[in-house]
Amino acid sequence: MASGSIFRAAAALLVLALAAGTADARTVRWARSGDALTLDPHAQNEGPTHNLLQQIYEPLIIRDLSGKLVPTLATSWRVTEDPTVWEFKLRQGVKFHNGNTFNADDVVFSLERALQPTSDLKSLISFIDKVVRVDDYTVHIKTKGPNPLVPAYLITMYMMDKEWCEANSTVTVQDYKDKKDNFAVRNANGTGPYVLVSREQDVKTVLRRNDAYWGKAEYPVAVSEIVYLTIKADATRVAALISGDVDFVHDVPVQDIDRLEKAGHFRVNFGPENRTIFLGMDVASPALATSNVKGKNPFADKRVRQAMNMTIDRGAIKRVVMRGQSVPAGIIAPPFVNGYTKELDQLPKVDLDKAKALLKDAGYAEGFQVTLHCPNDRYINDEGICQAVTGMLAKIGIKVNLVVQPKGPHFTLLQKTPPESDFYMLGWGVPTFDSHYVFAYLYHTRSGKDGGWNATRYSNPDIDKSIQGLTEEIDVVKRNAAIARLWSTLSDETVYIALHHQMVAHAMKSDLDIPVRPDNWVYMKMTAAK
Amino acid sequence: MQDAPESTAPSPVAISRASTGDDRNARRSRLATFLDADLLHSFLRSKLVVVAALLTLAIVAAALLAPLIAPHDPYDLKALSLLDANTPPAWEKDGDPNYLLGTDDQGRDILSTILYGTRSSLQIGICSVLLASALGLSLGLWAGYAGGRVDTVIMRIADVQLTFPAILTALLIDGVALAILKHRMVEGGKFWILVLAIGLSFWVQYARTVRGVTLVERNKEYVEAARLIGIGPFKIMFQHILPNVLGPVLVIATINLALAVITEATLSFLGVGLPPTEPSLGTMIQVGNKYLFSGSWWMVAFPGLTLAALALAVNLLGDWLRDALNPKLR
Repeated sequence: MASGSIFRAAAALLVLALAAGTADARTVRWARSGDALTLDPHAQNEGPTHNLLQQIYEPLIIRDLSGKLVPTLATSWRVTEDPTVWEFKLRQGVKFHNGNTFNADDVVFSLERALQPTSDLKSLISFIDKVVRVDDYTVHIKTKGPNPLVPAYLITMYMMDKEWCEANSTVTVQDYKDKKDNFAVRNANGTGPYVLVSREQDVKTVLRRNDAYWGKAEYPVAVSEIVYLTIKADATRVAALISGDVDFVHDVPVQDIDRLEKAGHFRVNFGPENRTIFLGMDVASPALATSNVKGKNPFADKRVRQAMNMTIDRGAIKRVVMRGQSVPAGIIAPPFVNGYTKELDQLPKVDLDKAKALLKDAGYAEGFQVTLHCPNDRYINDEGICQAVTGMLAKIGIKVNLVVQPKGPHFTLLQKTPPESDFYMLGWGVPTFDSHYVFAYLYHTRSGKDGGWNATRYSNPDIDKSIQGLTEEIDVVKRNAAIARLWSTLSDETVYIALHHQMVAHAMKSDLDIPVRPDNWVYMKMTAAK
Repeated sequence: MQDAPESTAPSPVAISRASTGDDRNARRSRLATFLDADLLHSFLRSKLVVVAALLTLAIVAAALLAPLIAPHDPYDLKALSLLDANTPPAWEKDGDPNYLLGTDDQGRDILSTILYGTRSSLQIGICSVLLASALGLSLGLWAGYAGGRVDTVIMRIADVQLTFPAILTALLIDGVALAILKHRMVEGGKFWILVLAIGLSFWVQYARTVRGVTLVERNKEYVEAARLIGIGPFKIMFQHILPNVLGPVLVIATINLALAVITEATLSFLGVGLPPTEPSLGTMIQVGNKYLFSGSWWMVAFPGLTLAALALAVNLLGDWLRDALNPKLR
């Protein structure tokens, strides 16, 4: 009989344990139009990729909802007596998901990895000269010149486990644009609040709560399981929320916001995203591959670019395509960004007659043809915006052939060297909240560590030098003056055509309350389920 | 649909026609008799078929005449105005009599877009059916007449392709063609890619049917006679056997036309079909689908109804043609 009572006690305990488990369990099924492109933490500098990675991996520092830098894997940081050396104290007792201890060696390894040629994060931290381990929990970052913004650039520098990378031969960053692969693309070992359980690219990723997470006292970490689903079709994504198949829709199509709000049992949170949607064009090649104009490149003529700029009616795009959920833009920098001014963000007045006259002056009175490449699962109503632009440009004789495709192949076209697009749509978010990030990725000549997303072939040595100079200028006043000069030159050049700053709406079941952050990321660990 | 034509014995009329050779007068009068006696009679007997035929005719005529009868030109991007977007049909509140069936999210007139869209859907459908039947006919004739290893190779390829749904094959061909073109599309290129993709995914049925009939025909006396007097195999296949297999091929082609139009719509719905600036019915349904929840039902309802009506009408015609041409069912 003794053994029987032991069994009974065990069964009772088991029931209790299960009950406790269910009381605490909250699965959030999270739907978004596009998936992370890869899980290799340093292979792609792209919003949704960062967002999924932020659940699994952690950087030294993150931003809280208000934009303040808060300690994560670093507990404190300061500039040393030498203004080119920053000291970071690391959090002790942190374990990777495989049980390995996080220490200074991992920081040195991860930052060096992020600086490799195939890394897409290298422009961000190209100011780093070297990373030095001082002791197990202290790291010095030596910069090429004094740089006041070092911490802000580290919020997407994910820490990987050196031993794990070496054991799985993933020391080298995945070369995404050449369609290379490595172990870290489908497997993950971070220090973050969630552990990767399974992943099916572009379909479903399952994450489970990391019970050994260091931040359990600081953050609610109430969600015990994340099921991250890619649902590309707008109507299907919303239908999934309405029918209860998902709990949280990351990007609500603008046309459905009304209906979800009226339904009453969903929460819809709004916010401006720190992201500008724009058009880029090849301004430097001798001729365009997709144009009927042979032997010369219409986009190389500034008058053509200005004509296009004053043809696009951003107000109409806002009213009709975006249903009010956008702020028409004049530059590729949202109001959050250091260097933004209202004057720079002035919209060109829509003036078709002047635009036609400019085209005529440039020698394209009859217009010309060109192909516009556009993603269909990345930005809010991206395809609709491209179609509207196509219609507007037709009014001044520019016949645009629209090629719409998912973001994976779309981004590959732009990241190839030389880029394989003459005219394209892109959106740019600024996680550092500083103009340098925009200059370094979008305006700097594509070379070495910079210009990774500059698919316009725009190249101006003076501009490049000024951009480099920004990372070394420690005097804030002088630095801001340099930023203002850069913006004024670049705006005049009309290398890009800014369309609007994007607004985001999250919709969720009413027991969740996930705010819209300017970076449009969700840190699920910050979510308290009611 | 697959089984009936395969076992169809050639009609006595066709045999006698082939066996008496090329007398034009005789052929014309026999054609007239053929129509009079069988097809026309059975056609007029069924009201449903007459309605289907009239509906098909009306849709085809509307599509052909689209540039003349459409109130707007949906391909003329210059004339589009975003300010007209999302207008409901004329009889609804906020409707505009200028846009009878309303407008889509870019301000395109739905009625005009349907007319033009049906036109491209039908063009792609007809071209791909022609491609599929030409390919299937040739391969089927060759397999059936040559027999042996040729037959085995062709028919095993056909069997393998039959194990995949046609839409998957079409998606595959479409993807490969796009990859070869490296996303640098030439104007109108997408049209031919779709024709290729749909055509190549439908040839198998033709090949199987034609091979079946050819197997029977090639042992007939007139073929042996032709061979004896030294006529080459090519001429025998295409001049003597071909006329006897055209009946079943016509049936498959009709039913396949509906299938091809639906496949085109499916591909466009999945986003790999015609570009949104030159919408076909499938593209329209895809775009409209996004706005279902926001209450803009007209964007998806009207193109959807048109597609359903077209597919149904053509299918009914095909069914009737199959019954009418099949002596066993008479």
